[in-house]
Order: sequence, then structure tokens, then C-alpha cells
Amino acid sequence: MTTMELPSYLQQSAKVRARFERLKSREVILDVAGLSKTFESAHGQTTALRDISFQTHRREFVCVIGPSGCGKSTLIRILAGLESASGGDVLLDGKRVVGPGPDRGMVFQGYTLFPWLTVKKNVMFGLEAQGAGKARSESEALQWIELVGLEAFANAYPHQLSGGMKQRVAIARALANQPRILLMDEPFGALDAQTRAKMQSYLLEIWKNIDITVLFITHDLDEAIFLADRILVLRANPGEVEELIEVPVPRPRHLDQTVSPEFIATKKRLEALIHPDEEELEQTMAEDKLNMIRMTEVGDEVESVE
Amino acid sequence: MTAVAELLAPRKPLPGGLSRGLVVASFLLPLMIWAVVSYVPFVWHPKVEVVDPGSVSYFREGMLLDKERFNEEAAKAREAGTAVPTGEPANPVYLPAPHEVLTAFYTSFTAEPTRRSEQWLHESLWHSIQVIFWGFTLSSLVGVPLGILCGTYNVFSRLFEPFVEFFRYLPAPAFGALAVAILGIYDGPKIAIIFIGTFFQQVLVVGNTTRKLDLSLLEAAMTLGVSRFRLLWKVVIPGILPDLYRDQRILLGWAWTYLIVAELIGTSSGITWFITQQARYKNFDNVFAAIMMIGIIGLATDILLAKLGKRLFPWEKKG
Ligand SMILES: Nc1ncnc2c1ncn2[C@@H]1O[C@H](COP(=O)(O)OP(=O)(O)OP(=O)(O)O)[C@@H](O)[C@H]1O
Ligand SMILES: [Mg+2]
Repeated sequence: MTTMELPSYLQQSAKVRARFERLKSREVILDVAGLSKTFESAHGQTTALRDISFQTHRREFVCVIGPSGCGKSTLIRILAGLESASGGDVLLDGKRVVGPGPDRGMVFQGYTLFPWLTVKKNVMFGLEAQGAGKARSESEALQWIELVGLEAFANAYPHQLSGGMKQRVAIARALANQPRILLMDEPFGALDAQTRAKMQSYLLEIWKNIDITVLFITHDLDEAIFLADRILVLRANPGEVEELIEVPVPRPRHLDQTVSPEFIATKKRLEALIHPDEEELEQTMAEDKLNMIRMTEVGDEVESVE
Repeated sequence: MTAVAELLAPRKPLPGGLSRGLVVASFLLPLMIWAVVSYVPFVWHPKVEVVDPGSVSYFREGMLLDKERFNEEAAKAREAGTAVPTGEPANPVYLPAPHEVLTAFYTSFTAEPTRRSEQWLHESLWHSIQVIFWGFTLSSLVGVPLGILCGTYNVFSRLFEPFVEFFRYLPAPAFGALAVAILGIYDGPKIAIIFIGTFFQQVLVVGNTTRKLDLSLLEAAMTLGVSRFRLLWKVVIPGILPDLYRDQRILLGWAWTYLIVAELIGTSSGITWFITQQARYKNFDNVFAAIMMIGIIGLATDILLAKLGKRLFPWEKKG
């Protein structure tokens, strides 16, 4: 590989810096302070999260990234109120969060549409639970369905939709409640690469059009850089904040930017943070190779060992 | 070869025509075996029906005898030079031929009961259906809600399920005498037996079905602002409805199996009474006709409920 002179990921263009200044001057929506979580199990205690602190500002798009098992899901479930913290505080608009509530929308990795309801009824679900009348819920639901481009499927049942479409409905359903923050736990993790790329663009498009703060978990570095204003990098065992990176790639984002120097520099930094033991990894792979038997016969058309 | 391999591919849907053909065959096959055993004289037929008694003093026309016995007597008569008895191969009385059962099936509805105390067959059947209905309905009224509670809240599960688990091993028929002592001799104890036979299974089956509901659906609903208490109505019940419906269909089938015992306690009644009565008179054609009637009613209800289920739950995946 030819080494290209890369800028530091910390280096921001004037435009990007101005954008971050504006962003940080906005009100704080989510304030996580000293959050920790330990699980008690038969094998003893697991510290899933330790002393996590960060803030997100209004209309910010934050991605959370980290190695598998570092506690990303645990973090977002605590924010959603589905899990209780062992210590620390979660403040939404300055108020302590207790239990789940409609002020925090959530999109899960698995498909969680209600199979017995049509797309429209799924999106109306939260509105009706808030006590909005049927007529109002319906007209609002239809607007949200239009926003995610699924008007044609308003009366379809979830089992008639593709995976990507299901997640778009799930986004519409979460947004219909007009939450202060949208929490997303690897929402595109189960989708194929093409659908996934499309969904990322859709999501940015939606985000641009409404006043919503997004906290998005992923383990895909490209996805994180493509989507985020800032990336919260966690480290594992126990889950702690490694770094909060400001993505220097300017907005609006488009796919060509994945080869821009800022993008590559950021990705390099993330790779270094998340896979710091590259040498160790190679070592174990080399050991694995020694045990591998070549299951081929003479005349088989396989690549030569060299 | 490839065609066979194609047919035996696991869970692969069959072409429509073949699928229907197999359904017909599944009924025709046992019917054919029955017909062969009944109508082909050299297949089985261990008995002989006397046509002409000849010189044998104790033979009567229409009498059923073991083959050896008949041959012995016939040989004796031949040796003595007296009139030789004649007879035809026959099956034991407990295996009537299809056409006899079919006739019995028809006449049992048209023939007036021979004794005054007896009921018409359709009256017996109707009585049985009512017993099943009440036993099953009462069981469902308590068992389904309790099962759903057990499947949703661990408190209920811990509190009820261990005892239910224990109780379901107690044979329902064993409670017959107790039920009669408490509920009298008429329909009360019969309904109670159906109830006991169904209820305990029902709580566990419905509980398990409820537990299979994806927890993330409940979590999604909570993040959408549904309170803990309304979850039951808004998510749990609609979420398990199709499976619950399937469970109920299977449980209803079980309820029918308890009918036979239930109807024998207290004053015997219903279709079971009809069956035991006819068996006593050795009218096995009537017995088979009645047994078949239960089968047909059971199958017909199930098919009907299955069709209804398809309409009730349009969100269920097809196939
Ligand atoms: N209910 C639980 N009981 C006990 N331990 C748990 C529980 N949930 C999570 N953990 C532990 O907490 C740690 C963090 O898990 P978590 O699912 O949050 O990780 P993650 O970052 O989301 O992983 P992934 O990238 O695989 O989704 C893991 O070590 C896990 O074993
Ligand atoms: Mg996770």
C-alpha cells in the first residue's frame, strides 16, 4: 500500500469546526453522568459498564461503537429505561430517567413490529397509547409512513415486508411519538450490505427533515463515520469511554466521501482504538494455520499454497 | 429417482393435486384394508356362518362357529352318511363389514329406540356435545386467563404452576366418585371430569405459549409509552392469539377423550351410553357407527375451526 499523507482526524476544516461550535452551543438533550452497570450472575459479577459520561446536544447524531461485548446494548437499554443502572444518572432535558417512556424512541436490531397490526396501525400504536384520538393518530401516522416512503404498504402486515421496509416502519413508529431522542441498537445489523447502505442514506434524509437527536449503535466503522457527528468509542471489560471523536467529514454526507482523507483518517483512528492488538491477532492466526490440514487431492483446482 | 428425492425433501410443499390426493388416500387406505378383510373370503375369516344346519342337532341357521368346530361336525356327518351342514366363511361378530356399519349409521338416526328408557342416537349425541361444551368452556374461562397470567408474570407462574404441574398427573377419572358425591348424579360430575381433564393441561399449555411471545415486542411497546398494566391487553393477548387458538383446538380434542369416562359415571348418558349399551347386545355395527360419528364430529369441528382461524388471523404467515 502506498502511504498517502493523511491529515490527523483531529484536524477540522473551518466549516466543520463552525458546525461543531454551533452544535455544542445547542441545549443538552441527553446527559449521561457516571453511569455504571454490573450484572449479578451464577458465575459472579460482570461489570458491563463503568463510569460512562457523555452529553448529546439537540439535533446531534451520535454513534456508539466498540468491540463486541463492551456493553453497547446495555448502555442503550439503560437509556431506554429497559434496564436499570447500578450507579450514575441519565438525564433527559435535565430530568432523571426512570423506566421506559415515549420521550425516548427505540429501534431494535431484531424486528419488533407487532405482527397482528398493519403498518398503519403499528405506527398509530404509540400515538393511541398516548391517548391521541383515532382520527388524529391515523392522519399523523400516515404522514410518518409517507416520510419513510411506504405509503403503498400502509395496509400491509409486517410479514409481507422486506427486512429494510420493516426497519423503516419501526423508525416511523418510534418517531411518531415525537420523542426527544431516537435510540437505535444496530438497527441495520440484519440487513444485506446494499439495503444497509440505502437505509443509512434514508436515515440521514429523515434526520435532516425533523428535529431529532439520534444515538445510534453500530459495530460497522464506515457506518459510524458516514452517519455521525460524533462517535463515542467504548472499550471492553469493563465498558468504559475510550474517546469521543468529532467526525471531521463535512455534511451533507454522500458515499463518495468514504475515500476522502478525513474519512480515511477517522477510520484509521477507530481501527487503532478498536483493534489495538493487531500483532497479537496475527500471532493467533498464524498458530491456527499450523493446525490446518489441506483437504485437497492432486489435480484439484485450488490455489497453490505459496 | 429424482422425483422421489423431490417428494421427500423435508418440509417442501407438495403440488396441489398430489397433496389433495394424499389426503383422500389417507382415508381410503384404511377403508380398503377393512373392505378386503371383510369381503375377500380367504383373507382371515376365522369363523363359519351356518347356512344349512344339516343333521347337526345344535346348529341353527345364521349361527357363528369356529372354523375347526364346523369342519369337525361336517366330517362327522359325512362319515355317518347324514345330511352335511353347509356354511360360509365369516368374520367374528366384533368386525362388521363396511356396508353393515354404513347401514347402522343410517338406521341409528331413523330407527326408533327399542326401549322407552332409551334415547334416539341424535339425542345422545347432542347430550354429549353439551357436556363437552360446558366442561371445555368452564375450563377455558378460568384456565386461559390463568395461563396467560402465569406466562406473563413470574409471580403467578411460581404461585400456581408447581401445583398445577402436580395435579395434572392425577388421573381425572379417579375423581369420578368424588364428583358424584359433590355434584349429584346428573350432568354436574360429567362436566367436572371434562373440566379436571382439561383445566390443568390448559394452564400449562397456555402459560408456555404466552412465554414464547417475543420479549422484545413487550419492550418495544413499553418504549412507545404503554404502561405495564396495559401491556397485557395491548401486546400479550393479541400477540399470542393465533397460537392460543391452536392450543384450544388441540385441547378440545383432549376434552373428547375424557367424555367416555365422564359419561359412565352417575347416570350413564350420551353417546358413550349408546356405545356400551349396543356392545352389550353385540350390535357391533352400531358401536362402530357411533365411534365413527364421534370421529366425524371431532374432525369436522377441527376443520371448521381451522378455516375460521385463517379468517380471524390474517396476519399469520401462510403455510
Ligand atoms: N442480562 C444480563 N445478565 C448478565 N450479563 C449480561 C446481561 N446482559 C449483558 N450482559 C453482559 O454484559 C456485557 C455487555 O453486553 P452487551 O450486550 O451490552 O454488549 P454489546 O456491546 O451490545 O455486544 P454486541 O456487540 O455483541 O451486541 C457482556 O459481557 C454480557 O455478557
Ligand atoms: Mg448488542
